[in-house]
Amino acid sequence: MAAMHEMIDIFKQRAEGVSAKILEVDSLKRAFEYTVDLCVNKEACQLLVSGCEEMLSEKAEDLCDLKVSGKIIAAPGLSDQLFDQFEQIAEKSGIDLIKSGLRKQVAGIDIGFTIATGGIAETGSIVLDSSSEDVRLATMLSEIHVAVVRKSSIRPNSFDFEKDMKEMMRSAPNYLAFITGASRTADIERVLALGVHGPLELHVILWEDKE
Amino acid sequence: MQEAKDLREYREHVREALANDFQRQALDNFAVAYPQGRENAFHGMDSKSLIDEVARIKDYGIAHLEELLEEFTQNAEAAGVHVHLALTAHQANELIARIAKENNCRKIVKSKSMTAEETLLNHHLEKYGLEVTETDLGEWIIQLRREGPSHMVMPAIHLSRSQVADLFTKVTNKPQDADIEKLVKVARRELRQKYVEADMGISGANFAIAESGTIGIITNEGNARLVTTLPRVHVALIGLEKLTATLNDALKILRVLPRNATGQIITSYVTWITGANECQSAPDQKKIIHIIFLDNGRRTLAKDPSFHEVLRCVRCGACANVCPIYRMVGGHEYGHIYIGAIGLILTYFFHGKDKARNLLQNCLNCQCCKDICAAGIDLPRIIKEVYAEIQDEEGHAALDTTVARVLKNRKLFHGMLRAAKFAQKPMADEAGYIRHLPHFLSKDHGFRALPALAGKPFRDQWSDIKDKLHVDNPRFRVALFSGCVQDFVYPEQIIAAINAIKGRGVELDYPMDQLCCGLPVQMMGEFASAREAARQNVNALDPAKFDYILTMCASCASHLKYTYPRLVGKGPGAVKVQQFSDRVIDFSSFMENVLNVAAEQYAGNGEKVTYHVPCHLARGMNVKDEPHKLIQKAGYEFIPLNEERVCCGFGGSYSMKFPEISREILEKKLQNIANTGASILATDCPGCIMQMRGGLEKLGSKIKVKHTAELIAESRK
Repeated sequence: MAAMHEMIDIFKQRAEGVSAKILEVDSLKRAFEYTVDLCVNKEACQLLVSGCEEMLSEKAEDLCDLKVSGKIIAAPGLSDQLFDQFEQIAEKSGIDLIKSGLRKQVAGIDIGFTIATGGIAETGSIVLDSSSEDVRLATMLSEIHVAVVRKSSIRPNSFDFEKDMKEMMRSAPNYLAFITGASRTADIERVLALGVHGPLELHVILWEDKE
Repeated sequence: MQEAKDLREYREHVREALANDFQRQALDNFAVAYPQGRENAFHGMDSKSLIDEVARIKDYGIAHLEELLEEFTQNAEAAGVHVHLALTAHQANELIARIAKENNCRKIVKSKSMTAEETLLNHHLEKYGLEVTETDLGEWIIQLRREGPSHMVMPAIHLSRSQVADLFTKVTNKPQDADIEKLVKVARRELRQKYVEADMGISGANFAIAESGTIGIITNEGNARLVTTLPRVHVALIGLEKLTATLNDALKILRVLPRNATGQIITSYVTWITGANECQSAPDQKKIIHIIFLDNGRRTLAKDPSFHEVLRCVRCGACANVCPIYRMVGGHEYGHIYIGAIGLILTYFFHGKDKARNLLQNCLNCQCCKDICAAGIDLPRIIKEVYAEIQDEEGHAALDTTVARVLKNRKLFHGMLRAAKFAQKPMADEAGYIRHLPHFLSKDHGFRALPALAGKPFRDQWSDIKDKLHVDNPRFRVALFSGCVQDFVYPEQIIAAINAIKGRGVELDYPMDQLCCGLPVQMMGEFASAREAARQNVNALDPAKFDYILTMCASCASHLKYTYPRLVGKGPGAVKVQQFSDRVIDFSSFMENVLNVAAEQYAGNGEKVTYHVPCHLARGMNVKDEPHKLIQKAGYEFIPLNEERVCCGFGGSYSMKFPEISREILEKKLQNIANTGASILATDCPGCIMQMRGGLEKLGSKIKVKHTAELIAESRK
């Protein structure tokens, strides 16, 4: 067990090193609540369509108008049962929870919520099966990506996922991603800026899977 | 994008770049930050063995291109992908234009691809009326400015935030502040609109995995994820050398690539795409996906015995990050499309000798790139060999040929040097510098004082010296190799080494038939003369007679030790050449590791000494801290030099060819030296001494420059 703890510590340290926010929970319900809270609080501090507060060309500005007024969390990968549970919590705070049709949301959503296949300690990455287009879009169009990682699914390095990855690749088509921290760029004067295309923040919820 | 028609025009461009203060500062900051970031990223790992592994994987791929391509094609096609092989850049561009037409695509979003830069894809597609938008922020910026990348990983590193703000003001028709955070947000929104409109996405790939038909793409921004998701058609343009046999291979390369490129443990996104994935906007909700492998000379290159390792390159850009010349002039003057040391080489293979001719001469041979390369490519060697190939094709410069002939003819060369000694008399002063450079040289070369030839070359002093060196039952028999500069300019450095060594049971000999090591002529691309010099030296210093071949010149040493086996180490004489090379050693290693000198043997006066590590000692000979230890043992106060392993800008004939760059590199070095507060600068290479002593002399500095051997000899009890 000591080795497991150590590995999780490395994961946390590495993920936080690239500005991911880490939370530990003992139930998915708690993860849903956290995500809804995050969405509620987010509303208070800034306009939701990031970039729309800037001076944009008219075409790009049109996209800002596309944005519906309510707050949206997309959780495309969830089972119906989990989705219902999540939806009840979101509803109480007046937040829309959607699981599909992300193409209609290209202007941006508040939060994309996913459950990862695993975590890589060496790099602080999550391994996310993104074969579903909605999963890809939810994690790219959102301003915040919240990813749940089962603690038991964290492994020391990428080679420990090699076998699973190969299996997924064999059952092509497959679209798989290692995601580490938020979308970032240093293309202007090597100054780090987050959220250039995808999420401005990545929150990783480490879930102590008791079952 | 360097396209100067001749060296004169190229040097004009270089001078303009040197006057670009913003770029100079940006690249300077980067050059200092990068090594630290990389070291942190590799912390606790054996980077050398990881790099060896990358080299092994890539070599396998290069040797099995056809099989891997076939396997990849089978697996990818089974998963619904169309796979093509384009023989030329033009063919690839045409193919992509055709795919766009067949699928009725008008607007294209693109994620970063050096391969697409190589084929000038955007220009081609625009000719067909297609709208192409780069989505990587840096690439978008340079696309809007209509320029090429100035770094393979950070394409817009040459631009300031206010330049970007001005550009975005034009693009949006709204005033933009020079605030990076805000500018990034503007790009986010502007480009989001482009994704929405696009019907085709074009990407490159970092990996093409044969066993599963998977492509792997590394990005930080996540743009490749959107480019490969939103539009209904995806085209991936991939150089054939990106093929790996297995996922395991790709994961191993992935462990090195981001660490080596930007000092990141991993990039934000690593995307693995296998087959035609779900795409809601495509006719049957499946992505139309075409993978185009680009040959463009790669298959021929893969079979070339000298140059195949060029294809190992994983495009991390590190060879530019550490290059002292790149740091001064930036990427637009240090590559045609591909940038950095590998760029000099790839320019020749992909874009032809006319584009490469000037660039290939702009190399100091400081070995930094070889030392850092993620795939262990011997870049400096290949730069010289490629340049030699151009000369072989076009005829060698008359001057170079003459010099090469003279250098390999010992009697002629030494005779000329003796004659020159008398000719220089009116110009030389008592301190040993040439006071008046000939007029045509003085404008560009006046940044350092050049030394006069010594009154009596070492070889003419040897017969007097050797009589006093007799040793009974020697522990070691050692041959001295002087090299031209110490023989004819700085004989006192060899004499100092002799004084440092004598009385320790070492029998010293100076075989008179030795001549120039051959490195200077190799630097000119004169390989035939370099081989001839090597053969003569191996015969002159017969390894059977000596335990060590000691040279006080780091450049000679690394050339004798590591280049000779490659130059003349084949055929019946191979063993002798290897024995010769095995015996070559530098002064500090000899004192520290062979003679094991002790601090008690030195008086020392506590003077402050700093140390410059010659390129060919650090990276040529792989010497670590022997000089530092030796200086401390000898009783000096050692003060570390900032960026001690960075080149001084000499590079032999380089400083004559590109004096303006040499001067700037030297200036940086001298600043660092002055900052130490040391009164003595020590080093182990007469070339470095010539450069730095000459520079300090011009500045009127009181700092003395000495060979380590001089310091050690002076401190003996």
